Amino acid sequence: MYAPDFAYYRADSVAEIGRLLRKHPGAKLLAGGHSLIPLLKLRLAAPPALIDIGRIGELKGISVADGRLRIGALTTHAQIAASSEVAAHAPALAAAAGVIGDPAVRNRGTIGGNVAHADPASDLPTVLLALGASFAVATDDGERAIPAGGFFQDMMTTALGEHDIVTAVDVPTAPEGQGQAYEKFSHPASRYAVIGAAAAVGLTGGKVGRVVVTLGGLVPAAIRAGSVEQALSGQAPSADAIADAAAAVSNDLGPDLIGDIYASAEYRRAMAPVCVKRALTAALKRASSVAEAPAARSPWWKPSWL
Amino acid sequence: MNTVPVLPKLIGRRIKRREDPRLVRGRATYVDDVKIHGLRHLAFKRSDVAHGRIRSVDTRAAAAVDGVEAVLTGAEIAGFLGPMPIGTPFPSPDHHAVAVDTVRFVGEPVAVVVARDRYAARDAADAVVVDYEPLPAVVDPEQAMTGQPAVLHADYPTNVALGPLSRGTGIRRRQPVDDTAVDEAFAAADMVISQRIVNQRLAPNSIEPRGVVAHYEGGKDELTIWSSTQNPHILRTFVARMIGLGQDRVRAIAPEVGGGFGAKINIYGEEYVAAALSKRLDMPLKWIEDRSEAFLATVHGRDLIGYVDLAARRDGSVLGLKLRIVADIGAYNMLLTAGIPTNSMTMAGGSYAFPAVRVTLTEVFTNKTPTDAYRGAGRPEATYFVERAMDMLAREIDMDPAELRRKNFIRPDRFPYRTPLGAVYDSGDYEKTLDRALETAGWAQLRTERAAARAAGRVVGLGLSMYVESCGLGPSAMVSPGGWEHSQVTVERDGRISATTGASPHGQGNETTFAQMLADQFGVPIDHVTIRHGDTAVVKQGIGTFGSRSQAVGGTALHNAGIKVKAKMARFAAFLLEAHEEDLVFENGTIAVQGAPSSARPFAEVAAYAYKPVKRPEDLDPGLSDEAFFEPLNNTYPFGCQIAMIEVDRGTGEARLLKMVAVNDAGHLINPLIVEGQIHGGLAQGIGQALIEEVVYDRDGQPLTGSFMDYALPRAADFPRFELDHTVTPTPVNPLGAKGVGEAGTIGSPPCIVAAAVDALSPFGVRHIDMMLRPEKLWRLMQGEPS
Repeated sequence: MYAPDFAYYRADSVAEIGRLLRKHPGAKLLAGGHSLIPLLKLRLAAPPALIDIGRIGELKGISVADGRLRIGALTTHAQIAASSEVAAHAPALAAAAGVIGDPAVRNRGTIGGNVAHADPASDLPTVLLALGASFAVATDDGERAIPAGGFFQDMMTTALGEHDIVTAVDVPTAPEGQGQAYEKFSHPASRYAVIGAAAAVGLTGGKVGRVVVTLGGLVPAAIRAGSVEQALSGQAPSADAIADAAAAVSNDLGPDLIGDIYASAEYRRAMAPVCVKRALTAALKRASSVAEAPAARSPWWKPSWL
Repeated sequence: MNTVPVLPKLIGRRIKRREDPRLVRGRATYVDDVKIHGLRHLAFKRSDVAHGRIRSVDTRAAAAVDGVEAVLTGAEIAGFLGPMPIGTPFPSPDHHAVAVDTVRFVGEPVAVVVARDRYAARDAADAVVVDYEPLPAVVDPEQAMTGQPAVLHADYPTNVALGPLSRGTGIRRRQPVDDTAVDEAFAAADMVISQRIVNQRLAPNSIEPRGVVAHYEGGKDELTIWSSTQNPHILRTFVARMIGLGQDRVRAIAPEVGGGFGAKINIYGEEYVAAALSKRLDMPLKWIEDRSEAFLATVHGRDLIGYVDLAARRDGSVLGLKLRIVADIGAYNMLLTAGIPTNSMTMAGGSYAFPAVRVTLTEVFTNKTPTDAYRGAGRPEATYFVERAMDMLAREIDMDPAELRRKNFIRPDRFPYRTPLGAVYDSGDYEKTLDRALETAGWAQLRTERAAARAAGRVVGLGLSMYVESCGLGPSAMVSPGGWEHSQVTVERDGRISATTGASPHGQGNETTFAQMLADQFGVPIDHVTIRHGDTAVVKQGIGTFGSRSQAVGGTALHNAGIKVKAKMARFAAFLLEAHEEDLVFENGTIAVQGAPSSARPFAEVAAYAYKPVKRPEDLDPGLSDEAFFEPLNNTYPFGCQIAMIEVDRGTGEARLLKMVAVNDAGHLINPLIVEGQIHGGLAQGIGQALIEEVVYDRDGQPLTGSFMDYALPRAADFPRFELDHTVTPTPVNPLGAKGVGEAGTIGSPPCIVAAAVDALSPFGVRHIDMMLRPEKLWRLMQGEPS
């Protein structure tokens, strides 16, 4: 497990990352390293240079303002999982961050690195798509925001340009009454998601209001389950309605699903409604409880799932 | 002398491992920590095809890589290093450390690079260009037995490496096989349970991969070889022979070894190449296996197909067992490869007094990594076959699986029990252990819970299985390098005790258990005892640690050496105290006349006197050091019972272990804490086999589980708290009464887990499931698909 030769640079600011990227074509950014370094050691990647961005303070940290949660690109999965702000305003994100890999991975891996790497079996893209997140990106010309829906394009392929840098992830704070959940069917070896299903559901007057359901692990990039959303929207949240809506996920899956020796494509297709149903059930449970007793909403220091 | 603190007896106490502080703090020295001036690094170019003839090996680009000092092909290596020896008495095709004209598995070495650092070495290995003429890959062992789709070794035209061998009732050496008893048993039966059962291929995966440093010093014509090995003395024997040095000129060192699990018994090609090249180039060389290589180039375990037929009466009396085993041994015979499945033959009858037994074994070459010993080494497979069959019988006749076992056990009054398969079980009381397990688990309560869970729509099952295994190897007739162990005990001049053991522990905790024994034996504090191992220059002779033998055999050698030294020390003390030796007591750091505590002399004072005996007893030479070899007359046969409760997710098929109970009988326990640690690790690996571990090859012989992305290892968080208990049935085979426990958990747990899963899925008509219990497999069974 010995990486091929590469040059190493360390950037101390976002501006410097851009300069180094322009100077060293083909260079890769090194953040937590938990995807990049295995690729190097397996010699599946051989970039001429690594630019270590791991010490840039401006890329770290979590804040809440103007109805959105801003998470710096270098914030680790462990920090997100432990954050009371994330737990209060994007509980499905906190849940997903807490089941990534194992503690060592969570302590080093970063949200920016995760989304830029865009592994189809990764947990965060599925959740970020469900929560309507967008990515703050520094480009050659300044800054732009890319919504999650347009960011993940294909297997390990994103909308990022050659010199683009994800600087932060912006997640809208959960509206009053919305319930969120992330359901993961974990691979016992990689601990990636065989299937991940995220749901964000609102209740209005005892009926399902706005609902977003997403899936990861099935196709090259996380997808929205539009048929499920449509089937459930406006329904009373009964077990039957949830099951019927979950079954509609088959309409959202194309002919070709990912399959491997652990879980065939056919099996994954059958598991999709199972995971969607579980995610919806858990999300609706939280949604109802919030809607019925809004006064009991958890204070910021006490995550709603406690 | 009342101020002398009373030292408690330590044998049988839960003392924390003395090894752990250095290990958990990262202060231990492993092979890769060995640094020598002028050290060069090796890297191997490995085959990426499963089967192919080597047309050419082009090393020019590799030789041009900066920092590379030599690149050698298999043909060049074969010029000074012959085919590798094996440790079993069976025929075997030539196996070169580096392939000469044909590659037979993905990962087989084709060329070796010597370079200034390991990065350059790896770059150069990647730059070696090999042109192969592809040959069909032999992947299915049963198809391979027809010589299709290809032949691996010309002298083995049906790919059959060994067999068919037969053992059992009516088979005697040099006499024709008499099938009468077996045929009669099956004719008299009310029913026959028949099942094809696969015990799948596993990768051992020690945390520390293999590694070697070879340092030949031309000025002395001596070689020192550090290796991550379970048996440095055997390594020395083989390396010395292979590179043409006397054993007196080779020093083998096993520094800290980060797990072996049987895979580090082998002497591997990389070790021979490092030693031979070090001698040839007169420079120190290091090779450290990386994880990707470990999946390919370190032996695999298991991979047996068993065709089981169990003949029984409706009341549960088993009349006969037939078992036909096909062993997929991979591409070559390694050190013990051929012998491992023969262990499965010997132990096939389990803990039962079956009147008639027939076991047949065929070993087959395929284009896969060779198999060899892996924790349990043949006994897990045997246990799995017989226990699966018993479980199926219990289900067939609707009998409690515990009661079926009870009905067929070998009774306690029949020990020592000679089995039809050639073993003599030393001692046993299986019913006692079964009853303890039923009690510990709350068997009746669990059945009630299962019923309640099922009524609530949950998919829950209970499994129970027994095991008996053979360990404490063993008489020399049964162990190729010799079935003994060696120890030297020295009371130093200051009264401290140094002891060596030829058993080379690598996780078994013998530095602690052996120190407990000597502390008790000499009546000194445990802190005054040091156990040394793993260096042939320090430990005069030895065999090594495998087959759960270190305590039973190595411990006895230590015990016996201690007896000799203590007897001599008693003579010195008797002279000083003007007493009879037989009246002396060694306790609390003193030696005193029994019943006269005021006579006590400090232990250290007597030790000092023994090294400067100015007035010396007649016929008594100075010094306090002696050694012992110990060879038991038989193996030991520990046994146990395991009970598991499993829930299968109705939606996904994921199996979750709810409860795991293991009651083991390993005879006398020196340190129950260490025993439990060994059981925990064993259970983890056994449950891992049942639930999540499997080496998979595709039809072209390409491994699909080449990393931890696809090959799962169990983690602590995957398990419930293990509930353990012990019964104690001492062995008469050694004076300690200790049987051995290192493999027990691995041997016992797979059939227990599978029985629980089958029980869970029995409402869906399931009677057997092959491991690993992949969720998709269980889900499909719940969908009504045939198993």
